[in-house]
Amino acid sequence: MAKIKMSKKAASIDMTAMCDVAFLLLTFFILTATAKQPEPLPVQTPASTVLTKLPETGLVTLTVGQNKEGQSVFFGMKDRDVRAKTLELMGEKYGVKFTPAEIEQFSLIEEFGVPVSGLKQLIAMPGAKRNTAGVQPGIPMDSLNNELKDWVMYVRKANNVDLAKDKELDFAIKGDAKQQYPQIRKIMDLLQDQEINNFALVTGLRAKPKTE
Amino acid sequence: MAELNTGDDGGGKGGKVRSKKQNSKVDLTAMVDLAFLLITFFMLTTSLSKPQSMPLGLPAKDDTLTKIKPLKTDQRRTVTIILGAKDQVKWYHGLLDAPEVGGAPTTTDYTKDGIRKELLKRVKSIPEVMGDKDKGMIVIIKPTKKSTYKNLVDILDEMAICKVPTYAIVNEFSPEENKLAEEINK
Repeated sequence: MAKIKMSKKAASIDMTAMCDVAFLLLTFFILTATAKQPEPLPVQTPASTVLTKLPETGLVTLTVGQNKEGQSVFFGMKDRDVRAKTLELMGEKYGVKFTPAEIEQFSLIEEFGVPVSGLKQLIAMPGAKRNTAGVQPGIPMDSLNNELKDWVMYVRKANNVDLAKDKELDFAIKGDAKQQYPQIRKIMDLLQDQEINNFALVTGLRAKPKTE
Repeated sequence: MAELNTGDDGGGKGGKVRSKKQNSKVDLTAMVDLAFLLITFFMLTTSLSKPQSMPLGLPAKDDTLTKIKPLKTDQRRTVTIILGAKDQVKWYHGLLDAPEVGGAPTTTDYTKDGIRKELLKRVKSIPEVMGDKDKGMIVIIKPTKKSTYKNLVDILDEMAICKVPTYAIVNEFSPEENKLAEEINK
């Protein structure tokens, strides 16, 4: 056999350009990624194959989950101006006076679950402490003291009348997979009582099965 | 190549300190690997972390229209699904006391071979029986008190998978249906 002499040159590729591109993209993705907000009430959402993304703005989320005191409901608003206005309206209704600083601070809270009487205390708390378990008991929604109903009512009023936005608010229910149906139904009824008949159920992602 | 030319730049002045001509190539392979790994991570997490949602439209509560003129639907089109405890479902096709052929109350589950098989079969057969492709299946979902939220989402998901044209969530139970529900809720 004849010996074929291989060239001893090492096949090294110039990686400078690739490295540049890679880091450019990396920077872009790091900057555009939004850090996941800590949730005061973590829930395990059930999975579904329906792929509709939730809107980024104009959304109100009602989170239903289990905590120490049993079932509890948390209320979350996406837009800061809506948050501030809603708090003002709720303060008027329940006779709690909020200072502008408190309203400003409240508009940074993504989601909360305390009765109106406990809101001042919650606002005064440092951010990290708010999300510890047991601090927020949930919003009362029994027939005698239905604050959740008022929140839903005033958030719509704030959005449609006071801020005069063109777009109606979207409502989403975020329930824990293990939650019993009657509790979810109570929330649905509450929304339907105010003629919110279209809402979204927040779900996780599941691969689509093949159907023939 | 990634080279850092150190030292000699031609017109060196007086002090002849000749630095070595060693060109220092930096091996970028590992760095590129790492960069792409991170890119992949950030790309996937940004788009996947957004929660999905399932739109749900319910009929208005005091719908005066349906009160004046109650809607009559053909029993051949309706399939009733009762959601029970422990991830069980009971379904029947047609009227409870006179079910359609092969549609007697049956207990099954949410798996692929459970309720979906039956739904897919009927989604196809009902328009054929009715002789009108606009008269498709109507599914009535009746969740009992013992069913969970997951069950509700699962069954709504089945509706989406099987492309059921019309479905409704109904909370009223007839006495006979209550009996059926108790059977699976035991």
